[in-house]
Amino acid sequence: MSRRPYLREQSKSGWWLSQPRYVRYMMREVSAAFIGIYALILIIGVHRLSQGEIAYASFMASTKGPAGLLFAAAAMLFAVYHTLTWFQVTPKAMPLTLSGKRVPGGVIVAAHWLGFAVASAAVWLLVGS
Amino acid sequence: MSDRTIELEILRYDPEQDDAPHFQTYTVPCQEDWVVLDAINFVKENLDRTLSYRWSCHMAVCGSCGMALNGEPALACHAFVRDYPERIRIEPLQNFPIERDLVVVMDDFMEKLAAVRPYVIAAEEKDVEDGEHLQTPAELARYKQYTACINCLLCYSACPQYGLNDSFIGPAALALAHRYNLDSRDVGRSAREDVVASNPGIWECSFVGACSEVCPKSVDPAAAIQQTKIASSGDYFMKFLMPWKRK
Amino acid sequence: MASSHKPVIWGLFAAGGTVAAFLVPALILITCLAAPLGLLPADALSYARLHGLLQSPLSKLITFAILFLIVWHAAHRLRITAHDLGIRKDTLVAVIFYGIATAGSLLLLAALATL
Repeated sequence: MSRRPYLREQSKSGWWLSQPRYVRYMMREVSAAFIGIYALILIIGVHRLSQGEIAYASFMASTKGPAGLLFAAAAMLFAVYHTLTWFQVTPKAMPLTLSGKRVPGGVIVAAHWLGFAVASAAVWLLVGS
Repeated sequence: MSDRTIELEILRYDPEQDDAPHFQTYTVPCQEDWVVLDAINFVKENLDRTLSYRWSCHMAVCGSCGMALNGEPALACHAFVRDYPERIRIEPLQNFPIERDLVVVMDDFMEKLAAVRPYVIAAEEKDVEDGEHLQTPAELARYKQYTACINCLLCYSACPQYGLNDSFIGPAALALAHRYNLDSRDVGRSAREDVVASNPGIWECSFVGACSEVCPKSVDPAAAIQQTKIASSGDYFMKFLMPWKRK
Repeated sequence: MASSHKPVIWGLFAAGGTVAAFLVPALILITCLAAPLGLLPADALSYARLHGLLQSPLSKLITFAILFLIVWHAAHRLRITAHDLGIRKDTLVAVIFYGIATAGSLLLLAALATL
């Protein structure tokens, strides 16, 4: 009786297309690209701010227009998806037990969304008004 | 619901004759309460006695009958035919070499399981005469969920990181390490660290979460690994801040 | 096998992901979408106002911490993504992504120091 195990190859780059759960995972990961680029744009904005009024004005002008709006819309969608998935996994990474009872994951997630609302309001007050 | 005729498309591989695996189709009259394992057993008994596969308990506690049903890792004894269309594609678990037909080579997992030292490492060895280790219900509740693993390997099959890098210790082994790390009778976290907190250990995991989705016993290995990442990070920073402390 | 040094990078990743989860949607809304939608007071993002907002050491520190953590979160996640997409030159990818994050952080540091 001879053993000759057979190794099935899988695509190193395209494996994630084979199942919806993997596609959702990849979307979650790609959200970091939009968030990272947005953060870099903010950094450039602060840099231009530090260079004076004219530099800042030209930076602001360059972010307007259809391309900027399109990026912002996409970044918004991915940022919200990041928030959604991040909150979803938090109860798994940090399960909470209060007075002997395990706090349901849904409660932890809801508390996070509440915190999100508060944080967003704070950002609005500080930056936007 | 009534009896249905189901086509099973099963991946066959005979190491003594075949160069590569190939599909073979069988037509099986299925009773309405059958699981896929019943259909496979029908094939073996009535249509093709050369078909090889693992199974034992037929009640989702032994972990033997893991296979991919229409691409999804599942226990054949736990998958009801009524939940499937008229054609079911049956393949051995992905990410493992095929030994023969639906039998996969499990050696890699067995080594990794042993490597995480899946047993209580007590502070002092106790003789049986000295009595039991005592544990409260609350202490048991901390790790009980992670004791449910039946080593069925569905999680390894679903894990894309294991597929991309087979040096990854993997969900089940890491969940079991977590089970012992959480056990109040155990002081072995630092002993397991070398394997668990290594690069091919928890740090290979990118929290895809597929492992927990396919687990038939709700072990939630993904959660176990993330909790271990936090605990390990804590240990790591404590080593710098308070090097005199040991667990 | 030895214990990994990943906790350092992973700690930054986790902190950055948390910061991003709570703050980025609101930030994008205010900085990019609210103005075109007419939801913002005209001078909210003006040079004068923002310049003033970033004068205190505390606001500089907070701004730096937030953006630093976010770019490092993104850098680490994208390094993993490259690996997930079959790019096997992990060291090169790490150098590129962490390098960009470092460059951004240094630029931010310099900018905040100048303000």
